[in-house]
Amino acid sequence: MPTEIADPRYDYALRPPRLPQPVDESMASQPIDTDIRLGMYRKLHLLRQWSKRAHDLFLQNLVKGTTHLSLGQEAVATGFSTAMRPDDYTFATYRGHAHSLSRGMDPGEALAELLGRSNGVLGGKGGSMHLTDVEKGMMGSYAIIGAHLCIANGAAWSAQMRGTDQVAVCFFGDGTTNIGAFHEALNMAKIWSLPVVFVCENNLYMEYTPIDIVTAVPRPAADRAPAYGLDPIVVDGNDPDAVYLTAKAAIDKARSGGGPSLIEAQTYRHGGHSRADPGKYRPAEEIEAWKGRDPIPMYHDRLLTLGTPEETLTGIEREVAGVVDAATEFAKSGPEPGEAELFRNVWADGGAEWRN
Amino acid sequence: MAQLSYREAVAYGIAQEMRRDPKLVMLGEDIAAAGGVFKTTVGLLDEFGPDRIKDTPISEQAIVGAAMGAAMTGIPVIAELMFSDFVAVTWDMIANEIAKTRYMTDGQVALPLVIRTANGGGVRFGAQHSQSVENWCMMIPGLKVVAPSTPTDVIGLMAASVRDPDPVVFFEHKALMAMSEEIPDGEIVDELGKAKILREGTDVTIAALAAMVPKALEAAERLAADGISAEVIDVRSLMPLDTRTILGSVSKTGRFYTVEENPRVLGWGAEVVSIVTDEAFWDLDGPCIRITTPHIPLPAAASLEDMAIPSVDRIYETVRRTAGGSA
Repeated sequence: MPTEIADPRYDYALRPPRLPQPVDESMASQPIDTDIRLGMYRKLHLLRQWSKRAHDLFLQNLVKGTTHLSLGQEAVATGFSTAMRPDDYTFATYRGHAHSLSRGMDPGEALAELLGRSNGVLGGKGGSMHLTDVEKGMMGSYAIIGAHLCIANGAAWSAQMRGTDQVAVCFFGDGTTNIGAFHEALNMAKIWSLPVVFVCENNLYMEYTPIDIVTAVPRPAADRAPAYGLDPIVVDGNDPDAVYLTAKAAIDKARSGGGPSLIEAQTYRHGGHSRADPGKYRPAEEIEAWKGRDPIPMYHDRLLTLGTPEETLTGIEREVAGVVDAATEFAKSGPEPGEAELFRNVWADGGAEWRN
Repeated sequence: MAQLSYREAVAYGIAQEMRRDPKLVMLGEDIAAAGGVFKTTVGLLDEFGPDRIKDTPISEQAIVGAAMGAAMTGIPVIAELMFSDFVAVTWDMIANEIAKTRYMTDGQVALPLVIRTANGGGVRFGAQHSQSVENWCMMIPGLKVVAPSTPTDVIGLMAASVRDPDPVVFFEHKALMAMSEEIPDGEIVDELGKAKILREGTDVTIAALAAMVPKALEAAERLAADGISAEVIDVRSLMPLDTRTILGSVSKTGRFYTVEENPRVLGWGAEVVSIVTDEAFWDLDGPCIRITTPHIPLPAAASLEDMAIPSVDRIYETVRRTAGGSA
């Protein structure tokens, strides 16, 4: 792990911090129903508490392999999923836990998948990086950068052909904007006017490296949009209301035949890239400033200001804590998968035979 | 009965399936107005229109990715990759996404799609437009792989591939495009995973694929004049693999040869030979012998390419030299 670097010129932690924008207070007065806002508050908490539990289970060595948490980035999944219709499609990356839960994946089945149990949502065969729940519109978490933008296009194309008005929403990180598939996908989405919304969660780091030192433009997604005939759209990814309104506009546009959008949501992950990464390549002042822009306490205060009683919010937090505890019990109680699962579902006939 | 060339059979087979299933669509570079660079999609735009026969940019990842996304949401798709060498450009999509998604999601995602592509050499296009890459696809769990050698098989295996609920990579051979034959009337539907014995014999078994099949048949004819009776099997489908037909033949002849256009190392025949030695060892009268392209990139010059790809002479001489006591 790059914890100490001999030449300070290459120590990213010594670079000037990139600080968050202040909260846009006008968001509080946007006409968003209280039910929607309370639903978003619950989602924020579910994503946060579930992810923290996943982290705890690592520390207990119950989760093997790797995992990529999105602590701090919950407002993006929350705002978008709230603006989506139940039959819309989500495509996410390996950092897909929040997007899966936000579309309604069972928290217990999701956690069981991380624990490699047969009661996991994928029977233990996909693991942390591939959470999928087709019935909920969660069309998959894709672990190779870029591919799923092209695949999301296909789902949007299919919706267009079937005339269903469904929209595909595809989430990815800032690092994805530098791979070829990103550019192929945007071009095709535009020329075919596909009902797809591309959402770049710009958390300022592609894995361990600051995005700005590996990208030709300051805003990795927004500054590429005009090359594909799209508007550069930037949103505060730590404000659920701002994300929700931006998402709604883009999804409505796609649904009504207006074609694709590319949105850059500016956010920050509180932890490292993956379980192995302590994230020490980031300036301390930067981490502190972004933790000060944590979406959850901010939204808590906004809801109080808008008149929601404290006990309502604490009630939501407690209810979610119960859900996460139950999910943990469900996951831990699952058996490990065996030989039947090993050879199951390579082919559509349910098996793995490849010769007679 | 109609006389059809291999290239015409491709469009014929696609049209048969598009008439049967109004949801089926196809996408690829230059496939619509241009009719495909190998003229294998001529007439499809006129019959099925631009929404079902879709021209794309030169974006192989976007093409195959779109096919995957559409297939997983209820639209069966045929995607064309102009040359099979371009499989490498979109290998992530094929090997990491399409092949694995059903398994990784424990069956949640179905991918009824076909990737058609022009494979193989003999047309002097050089190292990046002549490769035989069927073994690349064969080695990835989750992909089905077929490579027809006749116009009738093109149509029948196209139908089988389109109707199969799993992803299929369909290799059309560039050197066979002009081959022509009478095809039967009515709907033609074949089966994946079935090899065909094209010539019966008693002394040696020769298993071949795609453009190597007519060469193997010609070599068998010459061997017969020398008193060697060769059984020729068109493998047709690498995945699933019809090992029963091959093992049955070897148990009869006791000698086994493969004729492979892919470069030698880990070509499809290596797996077949390994199965034969594992399971028919006591039936063998001699070593299994693979006749392959050497382990080199394919050269462009006619003289060099002809030396590289197995020829009728090479098949004939190899079998003649090694068939030994059984002749």
